[in-house]
Amino acid sequence: MAEREQIRKTKPRKDAVVSDEAPAVSESGEKLKAELDDLLDEIDDVLETNAEDFVKSYIQKGGQ
Amino acid sequence: MAIPKIVGVETELGIMVRGTNEWNPVSASSLLINAYVGSDPGSLDERSTPVAWDFIDEMPGADARELSEPEFSMPPEIETHLVNAVLTNGARYYVDHAHPEVSTPECRDALSLVLYDRAAELIAEDSMEAARSVLPPEQEIILYKDNTDRKGNAYGTHENYLVDRSLPFGQIIAGCTIHFVSRQIFTGSGKVGSELPGVGLDNVPYQITQRAEHFEEEVGLETTLKRPIINTRDEPHADSARYRRLHVIVGDANMAQVATFLKVGTTSIVLSMLEDHAMDTSMALEDPVRALHHVSHDLSLAQPMKLAKGGSATALEIQWDLFRQATEWAGRHGLASVGEETGKLILERWEQLLTGLETDPSSVADQVDWIAKKRILDGFCDRHSCDWSDLRLRALDLQYHDLRQNKSLAARAGLEVLVDDADAALAKREPPPDTRAYFRGKCLQKFSESIVAANWDSIVFDVGDDPLRRVPMLEPTRGTMEHVGALIEESATVEELLDKLGA
Repeated sequence: MAEREQIRKTKPRKDAVVSDEAPAVSESGEKLKAELDDLLDEIDDVLETNAEDFVKSYIQKGGQ
Repeated sequence: MAIPKIVGVETELGIMVRGTNEWNPVSASSLLINAYVGSDPGSLDERSTPVAWDFIDEMPGADARELSEPEFSMPPEIETHLVNAVLTNGARYYVDHAHPEVSTPECRDALSLVLYDRAAELIAEDSMEAARSVLPPEQEIILYKDNTDRKGNAYGTHENYLVDRSLPFGQIIAGCTIHFVSRQIFTGSGKVGSELPGVGLDNVPYQITQRAEHFEEEVGLETTLKRPIINTRDEPHADSARYRRLHVIVGDANMAQVATFLKVGTTSIVLSMLEDHAMDTSMALEDPVRALHHVSHDLSLAQPMKLAKGGSATALEIQWDLFRQATEWAGRHGLASVGEETGKLILERWEQLLTGLETDPSSVADQVDWIAKKRILDGFCDRHSCDWSDLRLRALDLQYHDLRQNKSLAARAGLEVLVDDADAALAKREPPPDTRAYFRGKCLQKFSESIVAANWDSIVFDVGDDPLRRVPMLEPTRGTMEHVGALIEESATVEELLDKLGA
């Protein structure tokens, strides 16, 4: 938290992010990628089979 | 001094019936809700029909602006003939227009609201299951917690906040507009493409919110067309001399509990700051409606918006300014209005989230829906080498909001959980202890056979030969476990209860 706070105060610009903590980022990045791979495997299994029909038939009239 | 920020959320759900082309949303919604109420022993209590909603105090046409001349504007109509049940947790479950809608009971703070919002998801899940036993085996009703069919039709997730009547409505407009436009960076649920005419995937392949593009006005009474950022419906469901109920129609439905928590928590703080005359509204936007769309379309979070006073600011900068003001307000006035412990958590999580959005948005993919969803879509695109025009991405976008546990992508996205599912399961039937919803829920649990009707601010009892007796509940902070718990407990009959209440 304190570390992030520091980043915010010294580098408020959007383009000045991420890169300096390279080792930590790549480590957690690996973990995130592995998690995402597992998630995508699961999604391939549960994804609605006929995407086109599914998307086209989703019509919701009369809402607020 | 800021008053308790009692809050509730109404969610209109998307609905589909699989296995037939012959269905309409109104009867499917009715069937679904009846199936749930029939399967829920708590809300039925051996009665053949659920307790009905009482419409006597509904006045959705009342306008907070107290306009001197009538404006060309259509107040929403109330449909009284459709299914409308009151649940034993104090919630309302009903058919609104062509959608099933759940209103949470009144909650004392943002964390309690998250619990009842999760309970509403579980109620929806139970409802789909209950409907299976009524439908032919090849048919299935499916519910989605989202806000648009992505074809131009939107439906709402409305937040409601108890506000001091003495706070001038103009100040609510000034303060809340700034917040509602900028908070989208963490309240957005994400959507593939744009629903604006002539805007293609080249310009907007993906955007932050589902609702923003459906708003065309700054202030107004409408909820179904020409939607306004600030809705002026003045229907307090409480003592109108003391209270307003701010009806916020501009937010997205969130699957991420942190997003729901901060959407409601930060707004509760902004309203408290306004009540304490502690908010600087100088960050007012030059064109709020344009800014609302602009924020939704800007995935970089870096594009500035023009301010009314001159100069410009990004949504993130405006949120940091509000956060700084909130911290100062909390130091001077305390957090009692939003709940001491919950208030601290709101400030802590608000700061963490803004820091994450600023430094690395992917680091808050477990807290913000539009980022969680985009991570899935980007990963899917990489794996299957597709682009934004691929209809499978639109299917994933919808399926993120599917409320069936075995199909929901949100349930698989690794979202952080703030409330325990076991507690949420209890909250399907048990009311919150610390608002008037407690009295409503407990009376339904114990005396539902003697209750003819109920609504937000009263219960009508039938005690046999006497005329019907209406018990008003105009004070949302009363009727809590502390106030009436023992009294309900000790009353063997409804007559005894009413005598003790002096009703």
